Amino acid sequence: MSSPAPQPSLRVSVDLNLCQAYAQCCYAAPQHFRIEGHEALFYDPAPAARDRADIERAQIACPVQAIRVEDKSHEGA
Amino acid sequence: MGHGQPSRALVIGAGLAALRGAEAMRDAGFSGALTIVGAEPYRPYDRPPLSKHVLTGEIAPDATTVPSSLGEDVDWHLGSPAVSLDRADRLVHLADGTALTYDRLLIATGTRARPWPNPHEGRLAGVYTLRGRDDAIALRKALTSSPQRVLVIGGGLIGCEVASACRQLSLPVTLVQPGPAPLARVLGRYIGAIVGAMHEARGVDLRLGAEVEWLEQANGRLVRAHLVDGTAIEADIALLALGAMRNTEWLDGSGLSFDAGGVDCDADGYVLDVDGRPDTAIAAAGDVARFPHPLYGGRRIAVEHWGHAVAQGVHAGRLLAGDKPERCYAALPAFWSGQAGVTLKSVGLTAGADAMTIAQGDPATGRFLAVYGREGRCIAAVSVDCGRWLPAYAERIAAAEPFPPEETVIDRAGSPAILAPGFS
Amino acid sequence: MADATLLSQIKDFSNRADPYPLYARLRQTPVSRQLDVGQGDESSGDEARGVWVAASHDAVMRLQNDPRLSVETQPPTKRPPTGNPVTDYLVNPVKNRITDSHQPFLFRDPPAHDLLRVATVHQFTPARVQAMRARSERLVDELLDRKMGSHEIDVVADLAYPLPVAVICELFGVPEGDEASFHDWSSQLATAVEPGVVVSEETRIENARTFDAISDYLADLVAEKRRQPRDDLLSGLANHATPDGYRMGDLDLISTAILILVAGHETAVNLIGNAWLTLMRHPDELERLRAEPGRAPRVVEEVMRYDPPVQLVSRKTLSAIDIAGTTIPEGEAVVLMLAAGNRDPAAFPDPDRFDPDRVGTRHLGFGGGLHYCVGAPLGRFEAEAALTALARRLKAPRLIEDPPPYRRPATLRGPERLRVAVERIL
Repeated sequence: MSSPAPQPSLRVSVDLNLCQAYAQCCYAAPQHFRIEGHEALFYDPAPAARDRADIERAQIACPVQAIRVEDKSHEGA
Repeated sequence: MGHGQPSRALVIGAGLAALRGAEAMRDAGFSGALTIVGAEPYRPYDRPPLSKHVLTGEIAPDATTVPSSLGEDVDWHLGSPAVSLDRADRLVHLADGTALTYDRLLIATGTRARPWPNPHEGRLAGVYTLRGRDDAIALRKALTSSPQRVLVIGGGLIGCEVASACRQLSLPVTLVQPGPAPLARVLGRYIGAIVGAMHEARGVDLRLGAEVEWLEQANGRLVRAHLVDGTAIEADIALLALGAMRNTEWLDGSGLSFDAGGVDCDADGYVLDVDGRPDTAIAAAGDVARFPHPLYGGRRIAVEHWGHAVAQGVHAGRLLAGDKPERCYAALPAFWSGQAGVTLKSVGLTAGADAMTIAQGDPATGRFLAVYGREGRCIAAVSVDCGRWLPAYAERIAAAEPFPPEETVIDRAGSPAILAPGFS
Repeated sequence: MADATLLSQIKDFSNRADPYPLYARLRQTPVSRQLDVGQGDESSGDEARGVWVAASHDAVMRLQNDPRLSVETQPPTKRPPTGNPVTDYLVNPVKNRITDSHQPFLFRDPPAHDLLRVATVHQFTPARVQAMRARSERLVDELLDRKMGSHEIDVVADLAYPLPVAVICELFGVPEGDEASFHDWSSQLATAVEPGVVVSEETRIENARTFDAISDYLADLVAEKRRQPRDDLLSGLANHATPDGYRMGDLDLISTAILILVAGHETAVNLIGNAWLTLMRHPDELERLRAEPGRAPRVVEEVMRYDPPVQLVSRKTLSAIDIAGTTIPEGEAVVLMLAAGNRDPAAFPDPDRFDPDRVGTRHLGFGGGLHYCVGAPLGRFEAEAALTALARRLKAPRLIEDPPPYRRPATLRGPERLRVAVERIL
């Protein structure tokens, strides 16, 4: 097998005006979301497509629905 | 053209407002040709991380491309800015010589960093500004080359965030701020001083009431900055955080009403010509748009915030697609900032505030929310690690409720004193 | 007065199986004053003054973010008389005072709330919750293995009930031999948390005994965790301070642990029960979940909207509040009808339709504001594990009773039994 193509990534953005640091995304996808200090959300804007299920879980669980995801990985890079 | 179906939409600018505007046009059913013109060679990206996690290396600069619902049916014309607008022929000329026609035009050209007054000093190696992705890449590279000291000139949001990122990287940093406190213009002296103390506690060397007079070089590189008071700061990197300038020069000769403060719009969002008549083929959105805000007595304001770019972009996109929103654009200005280990969030505009009170929490604990009043009405609120309460105060501000709020609440230390916010 | 009966009807046990038509009537007035027959302490006068009920999505959302509302509504603790004068006149009054000054954070306002909650959340780490997710999946399979060969399963008794207690014991690091006591205490305490349920003197004494027994047990366990810390939530709470330097004292730690046990158990039981009942009533959705287990998070989140385990929460006004065209005066009891807001057509198109593919749903099922459910991530994972396993392993499931018999409480609402006939259990 030839070397694998780079993992296509997802695009994530969070409306940090809306975000109230409920941290539900941090439980759903801990490798891509975390709270720093009391209420600063740090997130990975380009998570790997293999983590799609966790990212979607984070998006669904957000109490203020602040997470936006673009997934074009199906269409090929 | 008149009321016919628009067939060719042009978006000038490729930032967040431009993108959300283009998406809104598609969402509202516009199916004609759609071209997006950007000065930079990049698809729309998120700017807030550029002054925070991109500098600390936690986010790769090219990871900040924002999610979009746009499909393949968009013509991206990137890397060449617009240089003129010919409304008679409905043409936009680009720097690379291209001319694009439109029957609907969205102006979302945003802003750029204000340059150093002395252009020679501004071009020295080691002197940076921060607005775009390339700026962040360059500054990040400089910060990782073991600088002896970083000098941040300007204590607004960008300056404070960069100083904060430097401390996170354990770099010595001096912040020079002409005003009496960082963020004083936006938050007033009182809250600015509290945030300033947080920066100092994290090791930022804060020079207040100070001004850089000139930058000294050796072999074309910055070596120190000389302050007006005669002192000097040894620094091999300087970030000029002097605020933003609106990209409106390309409108010269277009007959539209604009100046360095933005392009003027009516309450619907259509741009105005020099005679004050709306051009219903053209709307503006984001940093560059100056519009009459109903909350501020119809005074025209331009708002340079992320959430505004999104909301006004959507509004303008719908407008141009013929899906005119029922109400004129009136979203409450709001922003957030991560710095000094805390989250600042704000709603409303503090301009003209004549009083302030700590409505929630307690500055002594580092968690509080301040409400600003003007002539007896609530006009703005700022929270420091206290964001859960912000929506409640946003409602009061939107409804211009009486200031100070007379009520008993949970999560407040003692009785709320009326304070001077400290705007000069 | 028609309003006088609406809340009473909701509390009336005969309407437990389907209160949603009543919620719809309640929503016609987004915020209304209701005489509340049968709730609260008679001497408090609540009955005469009534309570204010917020039923629209918008009103509930605003009120749960409003700092003029307090959660410190609990009446003072009164341990029932035992007949022993030393206990009744010396020991219990002291215990009552201690209990009242160490109420769990669900019933505390800031700053006490924030200290306790931040300390708890600091130890309720994503890593611990993710570990419990994997543990839930194994536990569910073990529980279903026990039913293999049977043609009937009670989803509540056989799965929904034992699962959360086992998860909490694991989270706390309760020695395996003691798990059975936790099951017993938890079921006993559950009857004590429903406000306004009239219980016999005997039950009250039993509840108080349970409370004291579990407190004594937890005191020993906490002491043990201090001597010999392990990698569990209680050890973390007992031994580590927050970044702000706060560490819970023993009494707060015990009351927090009891809160987690009761709030984390009863809610999860109802969530799983309500969710499975909903899927049985929507066989197409059950089929889709079976075919596509990745739908589980959507299904669970939609159940949290469509039929949430906690139907309402209570607050008290510290100042008058103008809302939805009315004014709630200062010092009034306010009920936020989460389950009614969740079916508000102004917030959710076609709200009575169960549709896991809804997008942008800001439901009220986990509450909101300062008191948003701490255990929400754990509850979601437990329910996901239960639903995917049930969908996968129950061959041709059929409800034996529809509606099923319900548990008494109107607040923590869910089936008492959920008997399902199956061809077999895989």
